Amino acid sequence: MATVSEPRTRPETRQQSRTIEVKDLNAWYGSFRAIRDVTMRIEPNLVTAVIGPSGCGKSTFVRCLNRMHEVTPHARVTGQVLLDGEDIYAPQADPVLVRRRVGMVFQKPNPFPTMSVFDNVAAGLRLNRLFSKRSQFEEQVERSLRQAALWDEVKEKLNQPATNLSGGQQQRLCIARALAVEPEVLLMDEPCSALDPVATLKIEDLMRELISLYTIVIVTHNMQQAARVSDNTAFLMMGPDRAGELVEFGDTHAIFTNPKDKRTEDYITGRFG
Amino acid sequence: MTDAYRFRRFVNAFMLGGAVACAAVCVAVLFLILAYVFVKGASDIDLDFFTRNPRPLGESGGGVANAIVGTVMMVALATVIAVPVGIATGIFVSEYASPLLGNVVRFIADVMTGIPSIVIGLFVYLVLVVRTGNFSGWAGAVALAIIMLPILARSSEEMLRLVPASQREAALALGVPQWRSIVSVVLPAAQRGLLTGSLLAIARATGETAPLLFTSLGSQFMNLNPDKATDALPLRIYRYAVGPYNEQHAQAWAASLVLVLLVLAFSIIARVALGRERGTHP
Repeated sequence: MATVSEPRTRPETRQQSRTIEVKDLNAWYGSFRAIRDVTMRIEPNLVTAVIGPSGCGKSTFVRCLNRMHEVTPHARVTGQVLLDGEDIYAPQADPVLVRRRVGMVFQKPNPFPTMSVFDNVAAGLRLNRLFSKRSQFEEQVERSLRQAALWDEVKEKLNQPATNLSGGQQQRLCIARALAVEPEVLLMDEPCSALDPVATLKIEDLMRELISLYTIVIVTHNMQQAARVSDNTAFLMMGPDRAGELVEFGDTHAIFTNPKDKRTEDYITGRFG
Repeated sequence: MTDAYRFRRFVNAFMLGGAVACAAVCVAVLFLILAYVFVKGASDIDLDFFTRNPRPLGESGGGVANAIVGTVMMVALATVIAVPVGIATGIFVSEYASPLLGNVVRFIADVMTGIPSIVIGLFVYLVLVVRTGNFSGWAGAVALAIIMLPILARSSEEMLRLVPASQREAALALGVPQWRSIVSVVLPAAQRGLLTGSLLAIARATGETAPLLFTSLGSQFMNLNPDKATDALPLRIYRYAVGPYNEQHAQAWAASLVLVLLVLAFSIIARVALGRERGTHP
């Protein structure tokens, strides 16, 4: 049984529910509170979108889910984030192990420039052990690239520098790299905002395929994308004290056609943001 | 043309001309030094110069082989001491230290670069030479290492900071421990810059004279043992230049030429390497 304080067992024996429960989450940058009292449940094997106006704390929120927020100097978190029932912020929890179970893809594609395509995908696997041989990872690299719908395009180019790929390909490479360590949840922070529409659609299709294996949380400022791609939506907004709060959370279709909160309705109909 | 316009054009031309003249003076100084050293020193360079030790006072012939060997040996030892420590300090400030601690270390490094090299030489004299009872190549190497250390720490930190934060985040988000992300992602990304910084620090150490005066002292003989007094090019130049013999003066010029070319070579290689590094950055 995997925990956040011990390494994981083989994937076949996982009985993970891939659920994240957030309870009273608050996040600070120094003395500035960026997120106030967020409580919600991220359902397994679904896409949850996090939307809201600029600066409302969407990225901060999502970075709290894999303990990346605390990497910033003077940043801290209070509250609980339960990954399959275990609090990732418990004192005995190891952030490194948490991040292997909750992966992340960033806004701007960031493949490692000194490594080839193959080495990039294998990086998460290789850098978690002391010595490794390339041949150990060929199978996993191929599987991850297929999952990311990139295999056919790069199978001839595995040894070329990752920076030779186009923007959309680089982003799918980053997705393959994140998937190679077999996380349970994949966080995506505006993954398409630096890409052209064709590449964006490819990645949106990819998301719908991936949820058979993973839970996905996507931050997006593009409401149409949220409506297209997600099953549940969380709407965050800055409160009067400039801290982000969860205004509404629910089924995507319901939120977009019949929002319960007036602020949600205003945002969706474009009255602000 | 209005008067105001004409006046503006004049001021512009005057300032531009002044700036160009000042830049020309700076560049000219370098070329004058190089040209002078070359003209005075080239005629005395022959194979003997590189392969023989100095002859006793007043005799002609002989070379600076022991000085060249001594310089190479002490700079190599200093590099082995200073480069790992300097780069590790740079890693500490850039990757691990809190902003406050980082500022403190950076400040200390900056102050260290300003300490006169002769003071560093005296410090090593008191700590190593007096304690052990003899001048040595080790003492010289340590003095050079102390000079190299803050240069390396600062330049390493700068080069590591040039690696975008997104690289580190990508590695951390994969569940890679921080030390491993530094070793396998950040350092390789910064390697050309780190090499450049090291070459520049080596170039600096090669030319230092004052710290060697009281530490390695200099010697007439070839010495491969760092436990004993060791000669170095800058020291030999100094000794010959202040001596009364013309043959020695001529050799001092020749040795100066060798030293200048050595330092120049390091600097040029470092700049070329950095230039290519900047060009390949996305």
